[in-house]
Amino acid sequence: MITLTNLTKRYGSFTAVNGIDLTIRKGELFGFLGPNGAGKTTTFRMIAGIILPTSGRIEIGGIDLERQPLVAKRRMGYIPDRPFVYDKITGAEFLRFVAALYDAHDPMLERRIDELLDVFELVPWKHQLTESYSHGMRQKLIIASAFVHRPEVIVVDEPMVGLDPKGARLLKDLFRQYVDRGGTVLMSTHTLEVAEGMCDRIAIMQGGRILAQGTMDELRRQTASGDASLEDMFLRLTGGFQDHQLDAILGA
Amino acid sequence: MGLRKYRGPGLWIVLGPKWQAARTRLRQQRAGAGPRFLLLALLALAFWSGVFGVVYRVLRYFRGVADIGDLLSTKLLGLALLAFSSILLLSNVITALSSFFLAKDLDLLAASPLHSIRFYLAKLVETTLHSSWMVALLAVPLFAAYGIVYGGGLLWPVIVVAAFVPFLVLPAVVGSTLTLLLVNIVPARRAKELLSLVAIGAAGGLVLLLRLAQPEQLVRPEGFRSLADFVRMLETPTNPLLPSEWAMRMLMNWLLRVADPRPVAALWGSAVVALVAGGILFRWRYRHAFSKAQEGAPPTGGGRGWAAALGALLGWLPAERREFILKDARLFFRDPTQWSQLILLGVLVVVYLFNIQALPVFSGEQVPPTVVTLVVFLNLGLAGFVLAAIAARFLFPSVSLEGRQMWLLRSSPLDLRSMLWSKYWIGTVPLLVLALVITTVTNLILRASPFMTLVSEATMVLFTLAASALALSFGAFYPRFDTENAAQIPTSFGGLVYMMASVLLLALVIMLEAPAVATRVQAEQAGTTMQWDAGLLVPLAAAVVLCCAATLLPLRLALARMEQLEF
Repeated sequence: MITLTNLTKRYGSFTAVNGIDLTIRKGELFGFLGPNGAGKTTTFRMIAGIILPTSGRIEIGGIDLERQPLVAKRRMGYIPDRPFVYDKITGAEFLRFVAALYDAHDPMLERRIDELLDVFELVPWKHQLTESYSHGMRQKLIIASAFVHRPEVIVVDEPMVGLDPKGARLLKDLFRQYVDRGGTVLMSTHTLEVAEGMCDRIAIMQGGRILAQGTMDELRRQTASGDASLEDMFLRLTGGFQDHQLDAILGA
Repeated sequence: MGLRKYRGPGLWIVLGPKWQAARTRLRQQRAGAGPRFLLLALLALAFWSGVFGVVYRVLRYFRGVADIGDLLSTKLLGLALLAFSSILLLSNVITALSSFFLAKDLDLLAASPLHSIRFYLAKLVETTLHSSWMVALLAVPLFAAYGIVYGGGLLWPVIVVAAFVPFLVLPAVVGSTLTLLLVNIVPARRAKELLSLVAIGAAGGLVLLLRLAQPEQLVRPEGFRSLADFVRMLETPTNPLLPSEWAMRMLMNWLLRVADPRPVAALWGSAVVALVAGGILFRWRYRHAFSKAQEGAPPTGGGRGWAAALGALLGWLPAERREFILKDARLFFRDPTQWSQLILLGVLVVVYLFNIQALPVFSGEQVPPTVVTLVVFLNLGLAGFVLAAIAARFLFPSVSLEGRQMWLLRSSPLDLRSMLWSKYWIGTVPLLVLALVITTVTNLILRASPFMTLVSEATMVLFTLAASALALSFGAFYPRFDTENAAQIPTSFGGLVYMMASVLLLALVIMLEAPAVATRVQAEQAGTTMQWDAGLLVPLAAAVVLCCAATLLPLRLALARMEQLEF
């Protein structure tokens, strides 16, 4: 459903994403892991069509994002790491706007908006201006907006940030059921337990490159980690801290 | 609908949230602040009436001048439109940078299936509205005066709109295209900085050019060799290739009943061509430029040398206050939207000094010393106003700029009093230096007496201390934590109230000093020595007390206010 071919992004002399190749199948929940500054968000922003790759190719459902951006984007729902919502409009107005933006000609749009707001427990705030929403509520609204036009792919950057445990659980169930019904989710997260528990396959990225990718078992084989947890594999691949570093900051 | 022909959502859908947001904002403001809006409406009405009154009188006078009256009116309109288009171009370059490259909704729009031309048009509409509303409002009394004096008739507003729409669109297209090209051409890390610099440099250059062009020549025909020369100057188009000239011709042709379709064709034709060319260029280069613009600022902030020097200079301060001052200085000098204003400030000061020097005090006939004394005294008002405006620009936004970082300061052991006073001094010391430089140089130019030098310098020091305190305090009372651009903060309601308060203070100080200066002038005229008495000393002392109170009281109130603010 998503194919990245030799995807590269350079900022001057700095290479944020360095020739990554990746294929995410339809009906798959794919996790993207990596330390801060690994290039995850840059990759996601390229896939969402926000920034251009320096080189390489992105295909969404076999459609080249560069050649047919509108058609490709229409199939996608993008949830950014920093949720932006227009301040002076209400939650319902925002969902209506996003539906129109993605040209979702749904005769039952109002009903769908109500359903989405209901799922995310935002019904009491439906007609409140989004400026009065908490961070978590904004995050929920953004997630709801990504589903409003019934996309085939969801690209989601750090979805759990700001969500309460109930919201986080809801999101996990939503993504799982979405992929079970044929949807595709590409998700980046720092919560390794979430990735381990939810994702069908995982890629670990560092310095703009993919260090390893596959199912948990494939990752264990690639890293020769026996039955290690994802956290152990992640730290082994990306390099963890040393005890003497902790001693230095905490005092011996 | 074939997938290949899919063109995405319409323009109105994209503009929808902005329109809804504007309506909501208006509704909220109407509901929450009646008196505030009444005050603003009254001020706007007074301003409109003032501009209308002046233009109306000038045009009535011009109409009465035989032969050249209409030429003068035409030239005046041309100059006004030329000034408008210069302001619009600059304003559009700056606004386009925000709306096309920095706005928060860009990610949402870029990720959506929005056709590039509609994206362009939506952002162009946004840019045009944001950059042009002030000029459009300013133009209303001007055009009203022309319409009334020249009997424009009922269709006059339609003609004005028909001329003004392409006149506004053209600089918006050119400004956004310039921004697009610059972001493409210059190294991306420097694009934002360079744009601010270009805009400010251009503004400075424009002010200097306008000053050096000596527009006062227009009303001084005696400077020309003959009337024929003067008439020839009036008849010559300022620049036949500028849209301001076409708009001026289109409007004056209507008023003077001249049938000439060329200005209309030139104005609308160029607007359409520019729009199409802008759209094509946008489609070709925007995504590339937008990607480049995401790179952000250089990873390492410069200016370590001066920061170390300033740190050493402030070594006597407690560490937390020193670091707070250094933090403010670093933020100021690493943010081009902030420090680049200094260039404009420098140009304005040069123009101000140039104007003082151009006063016909020592050229031509000998002017009595009393007139010089009066000019020096009145110059206090002008210099004070300039300083109050500078304080509005640099000190008023100071509390607002802490914005979302206020949690860090409030949760730290740094007490608010230290924070407020640090902010006060970091803004006031440079302002004091500027005040003394302006006053000393103008006094030297005007050959002021030692008495007037003492009066003006003491006044400027005391007024600067008070104006800074007022700016900082009003900024704390009317904070704008949500604004990203510091330059927009002083134009808020709070900024307006601050300017009114500081001008009132300035007027009171000048009134209190007036008896002493008047006595001095009388003594000079009579050739006697000035006699001091309570009638002179008490108002002077009152001016000093007033300035001290206007310094300490607002800061104390601001401190109490900041303690109550919730971030």
